Amino acid sequence: MSLRAWYKSGDPFIWLNAGAVAVSILLVVGLLYIIAVNGLGHFWPNAVVGLDYQYDEDNSMRILGEMVDHETVPLTRFEERIAAFVPEGQEIVGRTLFKVGNRREFNADFRWILDPLQSAHVYPEEATVIERREWGNFYGYVRDIKVGGEPLNLTGDRPWTELRERVDEAQRLFNEVRHIEKNLIGDINYRIEQLRLEEKRLRLRGVEDEQAYHDIERQVAEQQAAYDDLLGKLGELKKDLASVSMVGELSDGRQVEISMADIVRAYRPNAMGFFDKVGFYFEKLWEFVSDEPREANTEGGIFPAIFGTVMMVMIMAVMVTPFGVIAAVYMREYARQGLVTRAIRIAVNNLAGVPSIVYGIFGLGFFVYFLGGTIDELFYTAALPQPTFGTPGIFWASLTLAILTLPVVIVSTEEGLTRVPRSIREGSLALGATKAETLWRTVLPMSASAMMTGLILAVARAAGEVAPLMLVGVVKLAPSLPLDGNFPYLHLERKFMHLGFHIYDVGFQSPNVEAARPLVYATSLLLVLIIIVLNLTAIRIRNRLREKFRAAEQN
Amino acid sequence: MQLNRTEKIIDMNNETGQFSPGDPESQAGGSHKFNVGAGLADRKHRLHLKNETPCLKVSDFNLFYGADQALKNINMIIPQERVTAFIGPSGCGKSTLLRCFNRMNDLIDIVKTEGSIYLHEQDIYNKKVNVAELRRRIGMVFQKPNPFPKSVYENVAYGLRIQGVRDRHKLDDAVENSLRSAALWDEVKDRLNTNALGLSGGQQQRLVIARAIAIEPEILLLDEPASALDPISTLKIEELIHELKNNYTIVIVTHNMQQAARVSDYTAYMYIGEIIEYTDTNTLFTNPGKKMTEDYITGRYG
Repeated sequence: MSLRAWYKSGDPFIWLNAGAVAVSILLVVGLLYIIAVNGLGHFWPNAVVGLDYQYDEDNSMRILGEMVDHETVPLTRFEERIAAFVPEGQEIVGRTLFKVGNRREFNADFRWILDPLQSAHVYPEEATVIERREWGNFYGYVRDIKVGGEPLNLTGDRPWTELRERVDEAQRLFNEVRHIEKNLIGDINYRIEQLRLEEKRLRLRGVEDEQAYHDIERQVAEQQAAYDDLLGKLGELKKDLASVSMVGELSDGRQVEISMADIVRAYRPNAMGFFDKVGFYFEKLWEFVSDEPREANTEGGIFPAIFGTVMMVMIMAVMVTPFGVIAAVYMREYARQGLVTRAIRIAVNNLAGVPSIVYGIFGLGFFVYFLGGTIDELFYTAALPQPTFGTPGIFWASLTLAILTLPVVIVSTEEGLTRVPRSIREGSLALGATKAETLWRTVLPMSASAMMTGLILAVARAAGEVAPLMLVGVVKLAPSLPLDGNFPYLHLERKFMHLGFHIYDVGFQSPNVEAARPLVYATSLLLVLIIIVLNLTAIRIRNRLREKFRAAEQN
Repeated sequence: MQLNRTEKIIDMNNETGQFSPGDPESQAGGSHKFNVGAGLADRKHRLHLKNETPCLKVSDFNLFYGADQALKNINMIIPQERVTAFIGPSGCGKSTLLRCFNRMNDLIDIVKTEGSIYLHEQDIYNKKVNVAELRRRIGMVFQKPNPFPKSVYENVAYGLRIQGVRDRHKLDDAVENSLRSAALWDEVKDRLNTNALGLSGGQQQRLVIARAIAIEPEILLLDEPASALDPISTLKIEELIHELKNNYTIVIVTHNMQQAARVSDYTAYMYIGEIIEYTDTNTLFTNPGKKMTEDYITGRYG
């Protein structure tokens, strides 16, 4: 077949189209694969390798750590002496990245070691990894336990078994401490702050009734007493925690002492069986999605960020849907179709193309400073000069994203309204329904699936947006969630954490980028998953609606 | 009965193009209800527009689509509790005129009207008229069945719910009565809660009629109600019109002259926005007063 005939047959276009689809699928799958592999591997307990590092001709040092990465580099990049270790004629050399931990002692968590300088690898069973609340992981050996400063002088395997018990105990104490600090003392602080504001409010109103002030004072004193009580309990718990410590030995033989208060968990990966490792993996994974971050977000979980993201998207959806639908209904059903409507429609479509950071600036200027400032002046005078709503917060972030996604909702709702057949409207009107009744009872339910489509697109866009949020409410570390047990439960003025920003922050702004990198992947994966879940939910609802009204659209 | 109907359909198909109104022989084999020829002969002496109570009165009515005049100086009365048919070639304005009676044309921005239409003594084009209320009194059925994507029950109850009827018993009764009147009850009584879009085209059209009569209008406007239906369904709709005319004033637009002859008492022949001839159906089909009418009904039109 000649090329011309082949071209005319239409086959090339089929190939072209299929190719485009294939590339798209490949991109999506590849993206997810890379994110998943890099992110999910992070929680697996890697073997701890022991080796001797020949750092110059006569000296070597013992290294203990996890293998993290491997690469090959041209030999010319290294000092000449390295050449002695490499076979004649070989131009490239491999090197391995080890996570050796013990940042306080070694100054860095990671270390590149050239392959020719490594001795044979060993996997000592008693090599122990300890996750700490500060200073990263410890890699080494457990030698003894100290209680109240006195060593117990344990031998053999005893220090390890003792350590495990002590860690469990310490974990329990620590959870208690955290509960008191975060919840109980947090609540008391919140109430005292409310009372302080109440008192200020009374003064601003010029209330002279001494009784009112006395009441407040009395209540503050009550709270203060409760606070002191808790503080005493806290002190005791902390003393208990600090009284026990572990004596460990680093790979180079140095002895270090780690307080139980600092230990999150201790494990011996080389001694773990496969099922132990699986159990450990899921424990870590659960910690990741359910716990709060530690160590400048590079360790621990990301629960506040998940919570913040989902909540922001939901508030956004709650605000954008009615607003967008109402606007679309007006434009499609009530407004006279003419030049003005067309101009508005074009303007709305163009809004979708405005860079998101512009919305962030608008949100900061209009919502936060103007609206928020006005609200503060009108309703939160007592708290001034400290702003309540006049500062970035989750409500303004949601509102900003609502504006950002408004065009999407408007456009798809309008499309849905256009698809409702004229005959259905006429049928309703002919039964004596007014235009409004027709809209409510027939047209809007029939275009509900289109509204859902708009919402799906809006949610997908909003959940992935980061840039504008940095201006209107996202922070690196939020002290409290926007939803808690203190009246009024939903605190829309609070700042919040967001997965997208978390990725940026951990990946580029953290002091220990290398250590945090797998976490960036894991967070990305989670963000993608959350968007997929939100979308699937919306798609399910839409499909159900569509099923209900599909036959009508065919008419 | 079923057999009879089938015969009738074959008959109707044979009839096409060789219609000879007033000739009882051409209706042979028709069911008793369709003894149109005999019926026409029967009523001949008493059916005359002058003897009728006017229900709607159209006076000097003009309608414009932008600059185009679609209805020209229409003057007519629609008699009470009779079936009035509008016939004429496509684009002659018969549907437009029909839609004027319940002000459906208001929905089109570019439509402008002059003149008046009186429902009894009230001008329905008066600014003070509540259009929704007017449409409650003048029901309409469209060419294509347009049930709402709701259950059969909700479709029929729609108009009543709009009027604020909440009482379940009242709704149940109204739904059943309307469906019975529309000769649909037996077919759908077991599936009142299934989606109306699952019904067949003919059932849907009868459902739409049931929906229209559920709110008990005075007048029913039927805009080519059977043109999108198969012969059996058409037959059922025509039977239904016969039943309904005892209680309602019916205006029907149709392309099908046999249908007009079968179901209507009075027929108006329209051509390019004008009423050429309007008289009782028997006279119009047997002894048309105008050459244009005769040409049209005998198929010499165009």
